[in-house]
Amino acid sequence: MELEVARSDAAEPVVPRLELRGIDKSFPGCKANDGVDLSILPGEIHALLGENGAGKSTLVKIIYGILHADAGTIAWEGQKTHIAGPSFARNLGIGMVFQHFSLFEALTVAENIALGVEGDHDMSRLEARIEEVSAAYGLPLDPRRHVHSLSVGERQRIEIVRCLLQDPRLLIMDEPTSVLTPQEVDTLFGTLRRLSSEGCSILYISHKLDEIKQLCDTATVLRGGKFVGACDPKEESPQSMARMMIGDDVKEPKPQGDAQVGEVVLSVADLSLQSQDPFGTDLKAVTFNVHAGEIFGIAGIAGNGQNELLAALSGEQLVPDGAAVVIGGQPSGRLGPRRRRSLGLSFVPEERHGHGAVPALRLTENAFLSGHLREKLVRWGLIDFPKTAEYAQKICESFDVRTSGINAEASSLSGGNLQKFIIGREILQRPNLMIAAQPTWGVDAGAAASIHQALIDLAASGAAVLVVSQELDELFAISDRIAVMSSGHLSAARPTAATTLEEIGLLMGGDGGAAGERMINVA
Amino acid sequence: MMGMIDTLAAILVTVVTAATPLVFAATGELVNEKAGVLNLGVEGMMLVGAVSGFAAAIATGNPVIAIFVAMLAGALMAFLFGVLTLSLMANQVATGLALTMFGVGLSALIGQDYVGTPIKGLAKLSIPVLTDLPLIGPVIFGQDFLVYLSLVLVAAVAWFLKSTRAGLILRATGESHDAAHALGYSVIGIRYLAVMFGGAMSGLAGAYLSLAYTPMWAENMSAGRGWIALALVVFATWKPGRVLVGAYLFGGVTILQLHAQGAGFAVPSQALSMLPYLATIVVLVAISRDSTRIRLNAPACIGKVFHPET
Amino acid sequence: MLLKLEPRGETSRAMIYLTPLLAILLTLIMGAILFALLGHNPLEAMYAFFISPISNSYGLGELAVKATPLILCAIGLALGFRANVWNIGAEGQLTLGAICGGGLALWFYDSESVFLLPAMALAGALGGLAWAAIPAFLKLRFNANEILTSLMLTYVATLLLSLLVHGPYRDPDGFNFPESRLFADSALLPVMVEGTRLHLGAAVAVFVVLVAWLVVSRSFIGFQIKVIGLTPAAAGYAGFRHHSLVWLTLLTGGALAGLAGLFEVAGPIGQITPVISPGYGFTAIIVAFVGRLHPIGILGAGLLIALSYLGGETVQIEMGLPQAVTGVFQGMLLFFLLACDVLIRYRVRWSIGASQEARGTAS
Repeated sequence: MELEVARSDAAEPVVPRLELRGIDKSFPGCKANDGVDLSILPGEIHALLGENGAGKSTLVKIIYGILHADAGTIAWEGQKTHIAGPSFARNLGIGMVFQHFSLFEALTVAENIALGVEGDHDMSRLEARIEEVSAAYGLPLDPRRHVHSLSVGERQRIEIVRCLLQDPRLLIMDEPTSVLTPQEVDTLFGTLRRLSSEGCSILYISHKLDEIKQLCDTATVLRGGKFVGACDPKEESPQSMARMMIGDDVKEPKPQGDAQVGEVVLSVADLSLQSQDPFGTDLKAVTFNVHAGEIFGIAGIAGNGQNELLAALSGEQLVPDGAAVVIGGQPSGRLGPRRRRSLGLSFVPEERHGHGAVPALRLTENAFLSGHLREKLVRWGLIDFPKTAEYAQKICESFDVRTSGINAEASSLSGGNLQKFIIGREILQRPNLMIAAQPTWGVDAGAAASIHQALIDLAASGAAVLVVSQELDELFAISDRIAVMSSGHLSAARPTAATTLEEIGLLMGGDGGAAGERMINVA
Repeated sequence: MMGMIDTLAAILVTVVTAATPLVFAATGELVNEKAGVLNLGVEGMMLVGAVSGFAAAIATGNPVIAIFVAMLAGALMAFLFGVLTLSLMANQVATGLALTMFGVGLSALIGQDYVGTPIKGLAKLSIPVLTDLPLIGPVIFGQDFLVYLSLVLVAAVAWFLKSTRAGLILRATGESHDAAHALGYSVIGIRYLAVMFGGAMSGLAGAYLSLAYTPMWAENMSAGRGWIALALVVFATWKPGRVLVGAYLFGGVTILQLHAQGAGFAVPSQALSMLPYLATIVVLVAISRDSTRIRLNAPACIGKVFHPET
Repeated sequence: MLLKLEPRGETSRAMIYLTPLLAILLTLIMGAILFALLGHNPLEAMYAFFISPISNSYGLGELAVKATPLILCAIGLALGFRANVWNIGAEGQLTLGAICGGGLALWFYDSESVFLLPAMALAGALGGLAWAAIPAFLKLRFNANEILTSLMLTYVATLLLSLLVHGPYRDPDGFNFPESRLFADSALLPVMVEGTRLHLGAAVAVFVVLVAWLVVSRSFIGFQIKVIGLTPAAAGYAGFRHHSLVWLTLLTGGALAGLAGLFEVAGPIGQITPVISPGYGFTAIIVAFVGRLHPIGILGAGLLIALSYLGGETVQIEMGLPQAVTGVFQGMLLFFLLACDVLIRYRVRWSIGASQEARGTAS
């Protein structure tokens, strides 16, 4: 494979590989991009920086031809062009690695790659090329394996190899590190630097400032769909970039030093459970305790058994050994969600739409969904509507949920507002034990800060709080102790103050970590 | 001795003819399910295919034209289904049921003047010497051309899905429509084609009923075969080769009970007629109880509505 | 295409009520075209189809008689559909209701007890319930698709009925005709309005509608059914039991269909015949959808669809049109409804080209 090396003849001004001017894109009810400019030079690693909802994903979808801009111009290597669709983009030399991978679980690696490259359909020749390219870039892949048997890191490699096979001249990476361990991130950065040195431009989308500072040559910042400015990340501090991104300084909550730790509220002992999902992870002898007054964090890459653990704790999946899960001194493994709730459990699942809330139902009905038991909203088998409305109203007021009213459908709320509603609904039930999964996933910074504060206050009031999250920053900011899930195992917990990001990162890698080490930094 | 062999040959020939409409309909449905669309309207499309094929045969006297008309009618019905479920994003289960009920009514309306009209059935293949061989002659060399076509169809669909790029794209669409869309494939377009193929095959299955199996038209003559075809797709765990096995198994059960009735068993004929339906239930239960197997083989997006741009 | 669909963001509550009316209107227009194509004056045919059947009290009684089984079946089906339980075998459950309840009438054919009719109703409901229990069990225990099993059981039920009326149920004095003897008066539903066939079953159907309304819109059970149908994961989160709800909805649906079947044989038919329903169990699926799976809506839809049966009979007698026209009408109505439902979540916009043109003329 040959990649053209960027020539920077001093005499001529360098023609940008891609130049966007005044890109507008509206969706019903929101303007996702508003006059965005972007210019990427050959061989440059260019960061596209912004909060969730700043319009980054919309912009890259326009570049890749999945969406079409309402107004504005796109120039590719100096030529104005209209990117009609993804295959047109691929022919130009644009490759894209999606945030939520565009992979097909039931197909093989080679079939997945074949779907993303143009040209003839000779699987054996393609398999050979995959092996060749993946070896050359230190991205080992077996083309004949089925995707559902691969780890998240391996899946990302498929996407990268798929792009590399087309000799890309611009590679778009959409939040590539959100699913990787710190060690896998290093490997990825090695590959990206090598590509850049070979002349391939990289558009790197992220909201993680330290990564951008470490990797990128230039950064374009978006806020609320608008172009805010461009900067050199190496010259900026994370704080100054955060100000550009958010518009003002963020106040991160601080854990209140030494938590007043009380008795054990949740005790999980030697919990082993086979996953219900054929593509899932089995739990292997998971053991930990959560005390009243503390926030216990569980870190880990998605898909390492967190979903199975959460289902076993919430009661959505029963545990044959009742004593493996003890809530408030009561063996609860064989109790369903309602019985556990009556023991004082509250639960905030990861998925807001369709798990923690029913999108098509009103907020009152969603308040009733989990609140009916402890708030006593059922009388004689009938729903007590006035009391339910009162409860919903109280949630919205106490937790600053911005909505047109309690009769609005859950689907009409923004992610942050719906999450505040769900957290509020659970906290107002005065739980002894609160379990929250990814409490601030996809939520804007303001809502995230208030959710963190609410969890800290809840612990301070004497409840036991368990937070399962992929965001290490979040766990380090709020939890008193941290344990790590990897391949269905849970590590021993360590006090947050006594551990480091690196240590947790290594634990997250688990067995895969060693493999990550071996192929580190090929560049 | 010769008499017994002849009887056996006759039974096997009828097993094949009873199985063939199921092969067509189930293979067509398999393709559109592989693309992620569940069309419960097979029964209705079969009936409309049966009656329009029959009408065309009477009008033209040409079986090939009749078969094309039946396929076209089935495809048009499927197109209607596509407009509702793909373009207007209606619930696939409800729309499929509506298609079946509409098809039952429409076919009865079209067919009112044809009830009781006799026609000549499709000619059976006749190769000197070969067809005269005992047993294998009539069974292997003495069928009508649609039987051979159904075998070619299964092989072609198996090859298409496994070895062609178009087949890969179709499977990918059924596996994850969002990912296929992100890669730039036209999910809706692919599904329209798959659904219309399914409809054409259902129409063909119907034509086989009214032109070859029992050369006549009667209201509701498919008698639940469309539904059995749907069950066969599950039975086959979405693998074309196994559709063939399943269809012949059902053909066997159907013919067995007919012969048992003819032989004057002490069992009431209605009880024997229940056999194919009961067998469908048994087979469905046997396959479905392994839910992991179903989940690994069933197209992940089956029955789900695709909303572009969300 | 010039039309473009644009998500509304939130469901339109107005459209939930408007689309059935729009679908009816479109069906009427298509129906008129259909009649014209068949060579009849569309207005005359539409009058014969929709107005003349209910222009007298006997006709109105017939309307209620036809609507009764449709509404009973549809109420049960709708409960299931709300929970994503696709029982489409109401026709079979209805048949079993007739077999069981009617069997009781034949067994005690010389009884004059006032308890006979209630016992028959109970037996009919239990028969339908038992028949529906089979797909429920197979679904929960073996993961077998209830659409296919309930449908297959309908064919089995029809054959079972045929077997019985050709055998044990056959009238001993009936010259080997495949029909049972006529039920005694004590086994027949009382007629409520003199000069019509309007029977007590219609009143039961209205009562069932009211109870179902309470369950669906006010009760905790109704809420659980709704949530499990919309988002099963959220129902699991709230601790609603999937198995219990599947049992509940299928058994209720079966019992109501069984009751409908019993009302047919103990009402308008008065004996057991090889065919006891012109497909009420299937048509009830349309009734359930057109009624928006809501009991009050089903009441209206049941009357409308019952009218299509009467209309089909009228045009057959008066104009020589085949009865199949009824099925086509019913199918079309459901098609149009499903098509119009897109308007609940989407609004139709003229495409960009058209809107620019409009702007051009405005300036």
